[in-house]
Amino acid sequence: MKPSRITECNEWILARFPLTKLWNEHMAHYYAPKNFNFWYFFGSLALLVLVNQILTGIFLTMNYKPDAKLAFDSVEYIMRDVNWGWLIRYMHSTGSSAFFIVVYLHMFRGLLYGSFKHPRELIWIFGMLLFVALMAEAFMGYLLPWGQMSYWGAQVIISLFSAIPVIGDDLSLWLRGDYVVSDATLNRFFAFHVIAVPLALVMLVFLHIVALHEVGSNNPDGIEIKDSKDPWGHPVDGIPFHPYYTVKDLVGVGVFMLFFATVIFYMPEMGGYFLEPANFIPADPMKTPEHIAPVWYFTPFYAILRAIPDKFAGVIGMGGAIVVLFLLPWLDRSPVKSIRYRGGIYKKALILFVISFLALGYLGTQPATPTATIFARIFSAIYFGFFLLMPLYTRWEKTKPVPKRLTSIHSLDEQLPALIEEITVLKPVSSEIGHSAFKSSFFTRSPNPEGIKNVIIRFVKNAKESLD
Amino acid sequence: MKNLIALLLLLFLSFGVAASEGIELQKANIDLSNNASLQRGAKHFVTYCLGCHSIKHIRYLRIALDTDVDQKKMLKDIAPEGASIYDQLHSAMNKHDSEKWFGTQPPDLSLIARSRGADWLYSYLKSYYIDPKSPRGVNNLIFMDTAMPNPLWQLQGEQYAEPRKNFWGDENINLVLKQPGTLSEGEFDIFVSDLVNFLVYVGEPVQLERQRIGKYVIFYILMFLVVAYLLKKEYWKNIH
Repeated sequence: MKPSRITECNEWILARFPLTKLWNEHMAHYYAPKNFNFWYFFGSLALLVLVNQILTGIFLTMNYKPDAKLAFDSVEYIMRDVNWGWLIRYMHSTGSSAFFIVVYLHMFRGLLYGSFKHPRELIWIFGMLLFVALMAEAFMGYLLPWGQMSYWGAQVIISLFSAIPVIGDDLSLWLRGDYVVSDATLNRFFAFHVIAVPLALVMLVFLHIVALHEVGSNNPDGIEIKDSKDPWGHPVDGIPFHPYYTVKDLVGVGVFMLFFATVIFYMPEMGGYFLEPANFIPADPMKTPEHIAPVWYFTPFYAILRAIPDKFAGVIGMGGAIVVLFLLPWLDRSPVKSIRYRGGIYKKALILFVISFLALGYLGTQPATPTATIFARIFSAIYFGFFLLMPLYTRWEKTKPVPKRLTSIHSLDEQLPALIEEITVLKPVSSEIGHSAFKSSFFTRSPNPEGIKNVIIRFVKNAKESLD
Repeated sequence: MKNLIALLLLLFLSFGVAASEGIELQKANIDLSNNASLQRGAKHFVTYCLGCHSIKHIRYLRIALDTDVDQKKMLKDIAPEGASIYDQLHSAMNKHDSEKWFGTQPPDLSLIARSRGADWLYSYLKSYYIDPKSPRGVNNLIFMDTAMPNPLWQLQGEQYAEPRKNFWGDENINLVLKQPGTLSEGEFDIFVSDLVNFLVYVGEPVQLERQRIGKYVIFYILMFLVVAYLLKKEYWKNIH
């Protein structure tokens, strides 16, 4: 039979471009551990949000004017007069917050399962560079609506550079392009926000993924699946990324979109956290708002900055809070990767760290009262303590034996029938009649207090044991 | 661990105390789906506010379409004399004059409901009182020393501030209506609610449409989620 036109076309391309090879290397023949859990959705979701930000961003630039006189009004023009402009804008503004939520959870996954440890140090470094680029992107993007909070947030943050001895004043002047945040600043931030930083982000994502696919993914057990291979050279505990994880990630995408759409359509301001009320007032260089706070995703670092009395030391502290993350692969001396086999001390340290990060985030949104400052200092100390004391406490921790192969934990939907069985009892049968739909367990069973109590006790016991 | 919990508890308590300071706002009873209220609000705005405040981000046409008013009726009953249906709600007062008269330029109110919130606007408009010490003879409980005179004084009447001790012996300032205006208290509340309703609508004209579309979007995402979940189940049934 004569090959069809399409086949010929395919062959023409494949003779000139390694499309099949690329697809196989990164999707169809890329073996990923089969026990990925909830925490492993956030990598692909971060990619989804990046694509969302780039696409909606392109449409926003079509009507946005990077000009101090026009910027604020052009955003309102998009919100009101551009067809579907409000949707594009809300997708972009909600997307920026979603990006940080997803990325923070993605990074937390790394802390849980030791994904930053040997041999994945470089993946972590690329990831951290991505995080820094993302913060720069978000910071500069936040100036563009040219509201009061945009303006004064940028004013405060850029003035931090002036705390650097000797070169500080000249440096901040050079960054702003003016003595205060002005049209010149807006224009250069626009340039960085729409092309320079996004390019860096895309390149870093590429490097992040190439580095990941070179060494292979970590997993909740923190063991190398490449250590046990079948006769054909495939990891025994691995499954091809496509189709298994592509279909699984689609479920994650669905759940994410559900939350994302709920925010966009029903609470785009998110109670003043995603879009701050003060940012609906046009920027006014003559009027300083009573309370300047950055957007929620910067507040943990902002709280550290304010907790330190000296301005320059505060800047060092804030920078240090991010720099110390880069050093994580070398701070952690534990031979074990996953939290499942680590000693109790790391688990407790991690809990303290999470509490202090959240508390710092909250304190950063609040005015700096003396009490709040004391708490911010305590939590900053815990934040740094988690990292700087890590070489000590991870070396001494009592680890548990790590299995050779992946362990299987039953997923929630597998456990559910047994759980329902335990916490309910059969209702006495009242009558034989009724539609078959009424025979589902929802109607035939009633809650069993004894069973519920047992489940709660078991849950608490397990939770306590898992901390040791 | 116990110390930590106590510490956290203390932390949240201390903020709770700090947050309860300031004057409590009254709840604005507004309904964006009430077109009659929005139309009245638009008319009130043009009559009492447009003299000084613009709403440059909306046109009469958009208000007519969104609140279901005939365009001719819009021009005849609501818009000021001589306005075109395509005009934005611009105030006729110029910057130079307003700075001479009030010391500042009255802000554009397109987004005031989004920066201040409906409850604040409602409370603000109801909290003017006679204050002989103030240059304008009136002051406002919610926004002390506001540059704006009370535009609604004829409707509301004259309120006076009277300190009163509450149950715990703390001194509160209560506003007492001593000289009734042309509207009764109930009528005035409705008047202010309509005005605030209109300002909330103007802050984001698309908000009702957004919530309506949201239902369909979420429904389709749920459908997608079901299909994706079943697809995942099917592919994964042999992986153990």
